[in-house]
Amino acid sequence: MMEMTYRDAIREALREEMTRDERVMIMGEEVGVWGGSYAVTQGLMKEFGEKRVKDTPIAEGIIVGAGIGAAMGGLRPVCELMTINFGLLAADMLINHAAKLHYMFAGQIKVPLVVRSVGGGGRQLAATHSQSLEVLFAYVPGMKVVMPSTPYDAKGMLKAAIRDDNPVLFIEHSLLYPIKGDVPEGDYTVPLGVSDIKREGADVTIVAYSRMVHVALEAADRLATEGISAEVIDLRTLRPLDIQPLIESFKKTNHAIIVEEDWRTYGIGAEIACQVYEQAFDYLDAPIVRCAGLEVPMPYAKNLEALAIPGVGDVVRAAKELVG
Amino acid sequence: MRPNADRLILMYRNMVLIRKFEERSAGFYREGKIGGFLHLYIGEEAVGVGAIAALAPQDYIVTHYRDHGHAIARGLDPKALMAELLGRSTGVAGGKGGSMHLVDVSKGFWGGYGIVGGHIALATGLALASQYQDENRVTLCIFGDGSTNIGYFHESLNLASLWKLPVLYLCENNLYGMGTAVERASAVASMAEKACAYNIPAVRIDGMDTLKVFDATQRAIEHVRSGNGPYFIEAMCYRFPGHSMGDPERYRVKDEVDRYKQRDPIVAFGKQLEGDGVVDEADLERIEREVAQEMDAVASFADASPAPAPESMYDFIYAQSGTH
Ligand SMILES: Cc1ncc(C[n+]2csc(CCOP(=O)(O)OP(=O)(O)O)c2C)c(N)n1
Repeated sequence: MMEMTYRDAIREALREEMTRDERVMIMGEEVGVWGGSYAVTQGLMKEFGEKRVKDTPIAEGIIVGAGIGAAMGGLRPVCELMTINFGLLAADMLINHAAKLHYMFAGQIKVPLVVRSVGGGGRQLAATHSQSLEVLFAYVPGMKVVMPSTPYDAKGMLKAAIRDDNPVLFIEHSLLYPIKGDVPEGDYTVPLGVSDIKREGADVTIVAYSRMVHVALEAADRLATEGISAEVIDLRTLRPLDIQPLIESFKKTNHAIIVEEDWRTYGIGAEIACQVYEQAFDYLDAPIVRCAGLEVPMPYAKNLEALAIPGVGDVVRAAKELVG
Repeated sequence: MRPNADRLILMYRNMVLIRKFEERSAGFYREGKIGGFLHLYIGEEAVGVGAIAALAPQDYIVTHYRDHGHAIARGLDPKALMAELLGRSTGVAGGKGGSMHLVDVSKGFWGGYGIVGGHIALATGLALASQYQDENRVTLCIFGDGSTNIGYFHESLNLASLWKLPVLYLCENNLYGMGTAVERASAVASMAEKACAYNIPAVRIDGMDTLKVFDATQRAIEHVRSGNGPYFIEAMCYRFPGHSMGDPERYRVKDEVDRYKQRDPIVAFGKQLEGDGVVDEADLERIEREVAQEMDAVASFADASPAPAPESMYDFIYAQSGTH
């Protein structure tokens, strides 16, 4: 094991996969000479050359479109969309194309494409640069949507994504890049579509993904000092969704809180809650609680932004109300 | 180089086959056996047949929803094509794609696509895969005049020119995008001029003349195959029927349609072959008869084929991962 940042873990995954497989290549805005807007791809152009690390024009439609075509033609491209907000310009490519081709052409066409992007808020980038749009893509059959929370998962899941024969949207969080965690040396993968229990507990199940896992874990620490034992489940993949560990946990704790950075209405939490109701209604001691982003375009001001994103205090308060 | 007599006759036969296929599919549509949209290629046969005859077997085709003619010209099995139109399990996509999404990757036919312009991006990406893997392959990308106003068109041409990708863009300018005349939709009268904006060599040709299309395509392919980057052909043509079945055709006068019908590309090509002594009248009549017979077999095969099994509903949403 080695301690490594989330950013470095992702870069290692890219480097190892590019070394392992000639067909893996990177393209996107500022991925090469600049080294990536979030410095994830730093050094890779130097190491692998301009054929395998391609700077593109600012044209999200063709970045993903060319990625899909290249994947069809035998490459395993990793396209970077600077942030998921700009990913909307490629939404047609992801939703109408990448997610459809294998089914619509009855298995004749495969799209082994990874699109890496950055979602979420917390850096005072205001309304157009702070969104959590994962639900738009996780809504679509044919897509895989991955949002790892730790360096270990980020590296293992990115490697799994690159080896997957389906289009995978891999959404990182800019506030996670500097966090550190243990990462094994050498090759390993973490399967897509498998939720993970990040902390065991008995009284309440807290479900989260991406940065909110850390919010949930911190809340669980605080709750422990007050005698409440929280189990934290990291969804890791939003589609295909692995609901079973969560159902099992809920059967044990009979209480659930979902912590999500996206908007509450129609959000990921709504779906999770519904599936829990459908599968474990009899185990319900209290309504499921959602700690979600406030339903506003993200404000710029530091204090307003902090209020708009779920925090540790919100989760602790919710848990105490629920089981206290 | 002009095709030899056998190939010329095959080209003529393909044009007749397309015409009769389209007439038969229109009949099935009126009987309610074909659902959804049905876009016929009647009147434009010279473009598809002339261009596709100039391709090598390893070359790729990516096209739009008006794809029957291109599929037939490329030698896809008309039985499996008609079965697809009827939504049967024996169709090229097992009934999952329909008229707009014909496919046969084994023949380098990477699909018809229903989102205007989207496939231009995919074709550009396929060409990237060919360049990256050092394959001696040209991707022929076919689209309408209407598609040249979409962002994808511009993003694709810019990237293809920048990266010198082996793609041949073929615009079928049939003067209308649905009911909107080209001059009411495009600020630039010639689509070829748009290619010049991206430093791509372009020609505008008579798309009603099979051999002119063949010649221009052959020259273009040579340019692209030699590593000089993309090429652009604008083929001036006309569709005799409406945009799709049920088009009220309020946007053009009957006189105009009749004038173009006087220049029927099949009649013209037949006369040319007769004049050149490649065939005589009896040969043309025999081809007509044989194709009509073949169409009977195609239609009865398709009509007798079973609908897809309900259990096939979930097949192919995801590719089983493994080697690509
Ligand atoms: C993105 C998108 N917008 C609108 C449509 C609806 N539509 C289908 S065909 C068409 C006209 C396209 O015209 P053109 O590209 O000239 O091709 P043609 O049909 O003339 O062969 C339109 C507007 C669509 N399929 N996709």
